[in-house]
Amino acid sequence: MTTQAEHHMPTAAAPAEAGLLPSPEPVRFLDDDGAPAPGDAHGRYERPPSALLKRAYDAMVLGRRFDAQATALTKQGRLAVYPSSRGQEACEIGAVLALRETDWLFPTYRDTMALAARGIDPVEALTLLRGSWHCGYDPVATRTAPQCTPLATHAPHAVGVAYAARRRGEDAVALVLIGDGGTSEGDFHEALNFAAVFHAPVVFLVQNNGFAISVPLSRQTAAPSLAHKGVGYGVRSERVDGNDPLAVLAVLTDAVEWARAGGGPVLVEAHTYRVEPHTNADDDARYRDHDEVEAWKRRDPLARLEAHLRARGELTDDDVAAAREAAEAYAADVRARLGEEPTGDPADLFAHVFAEPTPQLREQATWLAEELSHDAAEGAR
Amino acid sequence: MTLTMGKALNAALRDAMREDESVVMFGEDVGALGGVFRVTDGLAAEFGEDRCFDTPLAEAGIVGLAVGMAMNGFRPVVEMQFDAFAYPAFEQIASHVAKMRNRTRGAVGLPMVIRVPYAGGIGGVEHHSDSSEAYYAHTPGLKVVTPATVADAYSLLREAVADPDPVVFMEAKKLYWAKDEVSLPVTTEPFGTAVVRRPGSDATLVAYGPAVPVALEAAAAAEADGRSLEVVDLRTLVPFDDATVASSVRKTGRCVVVAEATGFASVSAEIAARVQERCFHSLWAPVLRVTGWDVPYPPPVLEKYHLPGVDRVLDTVDRLQFDDAPDPRFLTGAAG
Ligand SMILES: Cc1ncc(C[n+]2csc(CCOP(=O)(O)OP(=O)(O)O)c2C)c(N)n1
Repeated sequence: MTTQAEHHMPTAAAPAEAGLLPSPEPVRFLDDDGAPAPGDAHGRYERPPSALLKRAYDAMVLGRRFDAQATALTKQGRLAVYPSSRGQEACEIGAVLALRETDWLFPTYRDTMALAARGIDPVEALTLLRGSWHCGYDPVATRTAPQCTPLATHAPHAVGVAYAARRRGEDAVALVLIGDGGTSEGDFHEALNFAAVFHAPVVFLVQNNGFAISVPLSRQTAAPSLAHKGVGYGVRSERVDGNDPLAVLAVLTDAVEWARAGGGPVLVEAHTYRVEPHTNADDDARYRDHDEVEAWKRRDPLARLEAHLRARGELTDDDVAAAREAAEAYAADVRARLGEEPTGDPADLFAHVFAEPTPQLREQATWLAEELSHDAAEGAR
Repeated sequence: MTLTMGKALNAALRDAMREDESVVMFGEDVGALGGVFRVTDGLAAEFGEDRCFDTPLAEAGIVGLAVGMAMNGFRPVVEMQFDAFAYPAFEQIASHVAKMRNRTRGAVGLPMVIRVPYAGGIGGVEHHSDSSEAYYAHTPGLKVVTPATVADAYSLLREAVADPDPVVFMEAKKLYWAKDEVSLPVTTEPFGTAVVRRPGSDATLVAYGPAVPVALEAAAAAEADGRSLEVVDLRTLVPFDDATVASSVRKTGRCVVVAEATGFASVSAEIAARVQERCFHSLWAPVLRVTGWDVPYPPPVLEKYHLPGVDRVLDTVDRLQFDDAPDPRFLTGAAG
């Protein structure tokens, strides 16, 4: 294994470049079974504090149960669609736990688990996936942007929010979640470039889960890794075992604090896997091998964390039972509240297009209201 | 004092920046150069690099950055260097700028202005003369503003910067050098108000942006032939002033829409439809349109054949059935 410095000629530019390059191998603290990984030498990264890992464990148990519940609710038609993030718990939870309350999160459609971990009401968090046009929660109060459906378009927004925070003298950081497919979009590249040029406190977390719907990573990029994408823009880059909660937390905490301290943006590629289909409506048998899925399931981030904490005596049977119990209660609450038929006020259609509706919108709202009152009168007769 | 539209826009930005610290300006070449049309001239020098700055060359990035900054306390004014170079940012504009308020149920408004130098008549090479207003006007959630006078340029841009919602501010390139007597600061009619630029009784010319001077010239020429044309300048396409347009057409009974953009699926088509819907019983002739042809914007040597000019407007006015107007009672059904 070569060191980072050996990859490059010792020119004047080399130190800067070497500082941007990701570790030669993804950072990991645990092996696939949750035992300490061999040669546990990560330079700048330290094992996250036990209390943080315990919080991560609880949140991951909750997140996984929530994810299963949401998937189940699609079968009953309670959600229009649900993209599962099962297997990506370390990334989803790690992203949130690396942030302070005043930091911003920019999630995609897949990151509902991260919203729950941010403390957003789960029913509000599922508003979009229920089929609504709005995100359900207040993005300013929660410091969480609406889940983004068009790929990568939220990345430049995160740069703008982070840059604005810095200009206002706040020490807030913005963390962008994005998939491997999303890294091919132009907006991802424009955002990296802007972040670097404006030295904005942004962390880009690429959840490389192997597929963009059916298309494998080899069709997205020919680069040595997605982490290398930052280097050309002058963005410090790193890669991490995305199924190792210790490594994800260590790397992300370091990245967020580096950005907060004025170090500039950081790109982190997390190697993980989407063990469920793309959404409930996807047939993953058409594009991947059952054995591959099973192999990745054996690297389950939750099991690895549990094994690690138990081995250190930091997690007892009682702790595990309590976490599961809390998750069951959480899921039962989601189930109960999503069991109700959603109602929509048709006046809402026109309410938030502009701060003040245009005359045309007022006319259309009146027209629809009249239509509905006729219908109601007809119904009453 | 005598002022060009370009200078009035510059003054509007300067005054907005003086009044409100949260106003920031960015785009391509807007800093030291002052923009290729000099609309941001001197702003970087007066307000510093933090308030008026050059960005990397990336339109989606520029608009996306503005979205984030507007989400977090700033009032960005961004410049798209030319109409056709805003297209890389269209995804940001259509999917995010236009929808953020709605997607957040009113929690996040985006007070931002996207300035688009647009339309032709200045001998530009390809991709430098598009009339792209229909794309924006067709997208709910965007205000679309296009001044035709120097005073409006100042006043509407001030209002755009102060607006709580995103405004696409379309500046007709050939009007940058148009001059007028104006003393600044000036406040003209607010958004959503069309203005009768020239009163008349025989027909209404509805125009906006670069077509307004053409309509006024045509009206002046028609007067020599004894025909009185009223000219309505829309000023803002969104919000649209149905009331002023309809009351003018009800008075004159005839209407020609004049616009530089291609006619098919255009703002001019929308106006014609709205006038027919509202003024059917007052009309003595169908609503006609004078627009650019339905062709990609032509090269400089051919643009004079493309742009609707005074002659084409006057020819169209002549087709408004002045000589054999149908009996209006047939239109209302009263004669049956
Ligand atoms: C601009 C855009 N193009 C296409 C789509 C349709 N689409 C939704 S998800 C997806 C795959 C995205 O893959 P990736 O970025 O790897 O994220 P993942 O779904 O794996 O989390 C596609 C193509 C979209 N949402 N946005």
